[in-house]
Amino acid sequence: MEKRVTFSSWTIGILFAVPQLLLIFTFFYWPAGQAVYWSLTLQQPWGGGNIWVGLDNFRSILANADYWNSITASLVFAGISTGLAMFVGLVLAALTDRQLTGSRFYRVVLIWPYGIAAPALAMAFRFILAPEAGFMAVVNQVWPGFWDPGLDGTDAMASIIIAFSWKYVGYNFIFFLAAFQAIPRSLIEAAAMDGSGVVRRFWDIQFPLITPTIFFLLVINITESFQDSFGIVDIMTSGGPANATNLMVYKIYSDGFKGLDYSGAAAQSIILMVLIVVLTIFQFRFIERRVHYR
Amino acid sequence: MVERTPFLNFFTHVILFVGFVLCIAPFAVVAIAASHNLRDVNDVPMSLLPGSDFWLNIKTAWTTADLGPKLLNSFIMAAGVAAGKVIISALTAFSIVYFRYPGRTFIFWLIFVTLMLPLEVRIVPTYAVVANVLSPYQAILDVTGLSWLIEKVSGVQVSLSLGLLNSYSGLILPLIATATGTFLYRQFFLTVPDELTEAARMDGAGALRFFIDILLPLSRNNMAALGTIMFLWAWNQYLWPLLITTDQSHATAVTELKQLIPNVGGIPEWNIAMAGTLIVMLPPLIVVVLMQRWFVRGLIATEK
Repeated sequence: MEKRVTFSSWTIGILFAVPQLLLIFTFFYWPAGQAVYWSLTLQQPWGGGNIWVGLDNFRSILANADYWNSITASLVFAGISTGLAMFVGLVLAALTDRQLTGSRFYRVVLIWPYGIAAPALAMAFRFILAPEAGFMAVVNQVWPGFWDPGLDGTDAMASIIIAFSWKYVGYNFIFFLAAFQAIPRSLIEAAAMDGSGVVRRFWDIQFPLITPTIFFLLVINITESFQDSFGIVDIMTSGGPANATNLMVYKIYSDGFKGLDYSGAAAQSIILMVLIVVLTIFQFRFIERRVHYR
Repeated sequence: MVERTPFLNFFTHVILFVGFVLCIAPFAVVAIAASHNLRDVNDVPMSLLPGSDFWLNIKTAWTTADLGPKLLNSFIMAAGVAAGKVIISALTAFSIVYFRYPGRTFIFWLIFVTLMLPLEVRIVPTYAVVANVLSPYQAILDVTGLSWLIEKVSGVQVSLSLGLLNSYSGLILPLIATATGTFLYRQFFLTVPDELTEAARMDGAGALRFFIDILLPLSRNNMAALGTIMFLWAWNQYLWPLLITTDQSHATAVTELKQLIPNVGGIPEWNIAMAGTLIVMLPPLIVVVLMQRWFVRGLIATEK
């Protein structure tokens, strides 16, 4: 879409874009380029510049079992938390959309969790899911040793998934509800006249009409699970026990800033960048589809 | 509803109520745990009746993590990011939509691409840039031979250096350097009728006047939505402030939470930790509750 009426002065036009361009050059393009450079070079231990090593950094990372473990953990985390958060969000939105008494109230309250900082809610869940105090302690009293995120990798993974999903249910809820409410009432009413019940209407009318939103949320949830998980992991598990929750961004952080391995961290960043760019391109294709859909 | 479905309605109420309880429970648990004393909070099962030590715990958490200045830092950072985004995105969107200059499409794509890579992903090199924010320009001068030229001509050795670690600009600027808001404005500007622009031009308004007197007042709703969402987003940032505030004086409330994790030895002071958590989660919660309309609107508009 283009404007028919525009202003003719080039200089003023470009001047308006300059602040943004300076910012993204300094804090986006330069660092992104730097990451590529670092990933292809190796820093000398005692200074003296970087030496060119080609793809060696990538080779050593991809040969590293820890890295594959981190990728697996990230994928498991992304898959389960996205599925959980989207399913619960979808059910709640579909039921709220039925507009029974009180649905206004749910519409207001159910999005509160999304406003909370990931580390803060991680702290809350660290307490709620703590094995010795809080609520899982009750379960542990009945079955001793049933739950201990500090020692058992699966329990730790479950903890961060619960914390993350709790936040993103609210997020998905907002988008699903908006999608449901965009469906014309007349469609639903016509189907009801034809004798289809609530469940039938959901599967044959509402669900197909919200598929674009589902694809959109799928991508957003997965990318957010890569980024927003950092605070949760750092507060709840610190990547442990035994690297069970060492997700990709957390590993970049610990390799780069604690292990001071800039080249390795940069190579990992590049791999993660590629992953996210692929997902985003995927998403734009679906957004294209959505535009033609209506 | 269209038809009578008593059974399904009952079922709907039950599920929604369960969802509501699951949504509220963590808030309630945090608040209740924050009101217990050390012994009660470690009771199994913890009593769900509030204890009497609420203000004491709040006070302890406040002083332990030094939350006063940290909350102020968080506020400055969040307000700075929100304001910066609202202003800079408006300027850029205006430039992209209302002007025809060569390279406009290129600039559009340059900005568009920044949507793809969040800060978390390019964290290490961004940190290096912020340590000396002029290093990109120094490198450009070096590579192009300009710094050699300047040294020859004026005898001054060029070494640009400006560190932004432990500063508000270091906290704020990299968070502004994305395109989120630009496209929100762009979408809106495209819906502003051309007749308005024509009328303004006929009355002798230049680009600047049109922007300030007509376009900005029209985008008030967008500004509120974008400001709300960016304020929350910046307030909730964790990794970035954690990295660049090595000095306590610029740490934010969210990063300070880590100080309150109870250590393993001894009886864990969960009551203090929960009191601190409550303080940190309250400001964004208040913003969400009060600005709900803008929040939802901003969320849906910025992401699409």
